[in-house]
Amino acid sequence: MSVPVPHIEVQDLTMAYGDFIIQRNLNFTINRGDIFIIMGGSGCGKSTLLRHLVGLKSPAAGRVLYQGVDFWHTDEKQRGALMQRIGVLYQSGALWSSMTLAENVALPLGEYTDLSADEISEIVSFKLALVGLAGFESYYPSEISGGMRKRAGLARAMALDPDVLFFDEPSAGLDPISARLLDELIIELRDSLGATIVVVTHELASMFAIGNNSVFLDPETKTQIAVGNPVTLLNESVDPRVVRFLTRGTVSQKAPSPS
Amino acid sequence: MTADPETLSQSATVELKTDDLQRALACLSGDWSSSGKLPLVDTLLQQFPERFSGDLRFDTSAVGAWDSLFITWILRLTEKAEASGIRLVYDGLPEGVQGLIHLAQAVPERKGARRSGKSQGWLTRIGHRVHDILDNTRQLLAFLGEVTLAFSRMLIGRARFRRSDLALFIQQTGVDALPIVSLISILVGLILAFIGALQLAMFGAQVYVANLVGIAMVREMGAMMAAIIMAGRTGAAFSAQLGTMQVNEEIDAFKTLGIDPVEFLVLPRLLALTLMMPLLCIYADLLGIAGGMLVGIGLFDITPTQYIEQTSSAVTLTDVGVGIVKSIVFGVLIALAGCMKGIQCGRSASAVGEATTAAVVAAIVAIVVSDAVMTLIANALGV
Repeated sequence: MSVPVPHIEVQDLTMAYGDFIIQRNLNFTINRGDIFIIMGGSGCGKSTLLRHLVGLKSPAAGRVLYQGVDFWHTDEKQRGALMQRIGVLYQSGALWSSMTLAENVALPLGEYTDLSADEISEIVSFKLALVGLAGFESYYPSEISGGMRKRAGLARAMALDPDVLFFDEPSAGLDPISARLLDELIIELRDSLGATIVVVTHELASMFAIGNNSVFLDPETKTQIAVGNPVTLLNESVDPRVVRFLTRGTVSQKAPSPS
Repeated sequence: MTADPETLSQSATVELKTDDLQRALACLSGDWSSSGKLPLVDTLLQQFPERFSGDLRFDTSAVGAWDSLFITWILRLTEKAEASGIRLVYDGLPEGVQGLIHLAQAVPERKGARRSGKSQGWLTRIGHRVHDILDNTRQLLAFLGEVTLAFSRMLIGRARFRRSDLALFIQQTGVDALPIVSLISILVGLILAFIGALQLAMFGAQVYVANLVGIAMVREMGAMMAAIIMAGRTGAAFSAQLGTMQVNEEIDAFKTLGIDPVEFLVLPRLLALTLMMPLLCIYADLLGIAGGMLVGIGLFDITPTQYIEQTSSAVTLTDVGVGIVKSIVFGVLIALAGCMKGIQCGRSASAVGEATTAAVVAAIVAIVVSDAVMTLIANALGV
C-alpha cells in the first residue's frame, strides 16, 4: 500500500458514563483503507469506543477527528454530513423490525439521494445480492435467521456507499463457516469499495485474518496498552497481557495457583 | 467414596480432632449435598481450642455424595477460619472439590467491581433523589425541545417520516380503537343516567337526566374516557414499540444514518393520535348520550323525542368545543408520554416493561391534572 493517509484520528480520548471512567487517554490513528481491529477482553469498553467513533456518544474529554475535522466540535450540519459517510453494522443487525429488508436498505437511499423509486429498488436488490440475500427483498427481519439479519444489516450499512464501515462483533453468533465468509466479504468490500473498516471483535482467527492495524484496550489500567498489526503484536509484543490474549492464554505464565 | 448404596441419603456430620501440636483434622461423613442439611460452620469453629492457629486438614473418606453446597460450605469455612488464624489444607478433600475450589479462587475478585450494599445516609439519599428529579426534568425539557423542533420542521415541510407509517398509526389509534371506546362510552352514559335519574326522580324531574348526561359527556366524560382508554391502549403500545427498538439498537441505527428518531418515529405517532383524539371524543360523546337515552327510555318513561329535545336544548356548541379542545390536549399528552418513555428506555427487557408502565401512569396523571387546569380556565373564562 502507498503512503498511509490518516482517516480517523483519536486524540486523548476519555470515555465515561457519568463519573465512571471506562477508558482514558486513547490515542491512535486509523488510516484510509485499513481494516482496524478494536480488541480487548470482555467489558473493557470496545463497544463504547465504537459508540464514540460513530457519533452516538460524546467523549468526556479528547477529540475524534475525521479527515482532520473534529467530529464533536463542528456544526450540526457538518456532523450530519460526516455521519452519512459512516455505515454501522450493529451486533444484532438492528434492522427496523417494522420494515421489510428492501425498505430497510431503501430508507437511507430515499432520504439522502434524488434517485427514482426504480433506481432505488435496483440498488437495494444489488446490495442484498452482495451479501447473498438476493430474493429476500420482501421478507421482514423476524422471518429470517440471525446470520441473515446480520448480513441484511450489512447491506443497509453499505446502502450509501460509506467511506467507513464499522462492525460490532460481526462474527458473534455465527457458525465458523459463516464467520469466515463474512471475513472474506469484509476484505472484499475494503478492496472494491476502498472503504476504511473498523471492527470490534475478540475473535482471534478473524482478527489475524483480516486486521492490518489494531488497538488493544485493557480493562485493568483503563487505557490502551498496544497498537499495531495484530500479527506483529503476536510475534513481537513483550506485554504479557497482550500476548496472553492473542494466544488464548496458552503461552506466558500458567494460571495463578490457589495459595 | 464409601457411600452405602442401600441407604438413600445419610446426614452429613463432621467430627473435629485436635492435638497439642496445633494440628486439626475434620472427619467428614455422610452426604454433603443439597438433599440434606449441612452442619453449621460456626458450630465447627466453636469446637476449636482457644488461640488455635494451625492447619486444618480434612478426612473425607467417609463422604458420600457432594455437590456445590459442599463447596460453598468449604469456602465459607475458609473465610471464617482464616479470619481467626486457622489455615485450611485442602489435600484431604475429594479431587473434584479441590479442582472446583481452585477454579473459584483462580480469578481474584476485581477491585471496585462489587457494589457496596451499605445503606446510604438520608442526606445522600435526598441528594440522589433531587439529582434524579433534576435529570428527569432536563430530559423532559430536552425531549419537548426536540419534538418542537421536529414539529416546526414538519410545518415547513422538511420533516422526514414515512407517510405510510402515519396512515398505519391513524388506523391503529382511530378505527381500531372504536369497539372499546364504544363499549366504555355507552356504559359510562348508562351509569351517569342511572345515578342522576334516581336522584332527579325524587323531585319528579327525571327528564333532566338528559341535561345531566349530555353536558357531563360532552364537556368531561367523553374526552376523559377516550383519553384514558387511549393511554392504556396506545400510549402503552407507543412506549413498548420504541422501547423495543431502543433495546434492538434500531434507534441507534437511525441516528448513525443521520435520521432524527424524534422526527421519524415520534412525529407520525404524535400526529396520528392528535388527529384521532377529537374524532374519538365526538364519537364517545354521541355513544354516551345514547347510553343515557337507553336508561331514560327504558326505566324512567321518557320518550326518545323528549330526550333528544331536552339534550339538544341543554348542550351548546361551546360545550362540545370545550370537550374537543380537551381531547386534543389529551392526545398530545398521551403521545408525548408514550414516546418519551419509549425513547428514553434502557437496554433490557425489564426496562421496556418499566417504560410502558411509566408511560401509562404519566399519561393518566397528565390527563387528570390538565383536565383540572382546563376546567378551571374554562370556568374563569365563563365558557
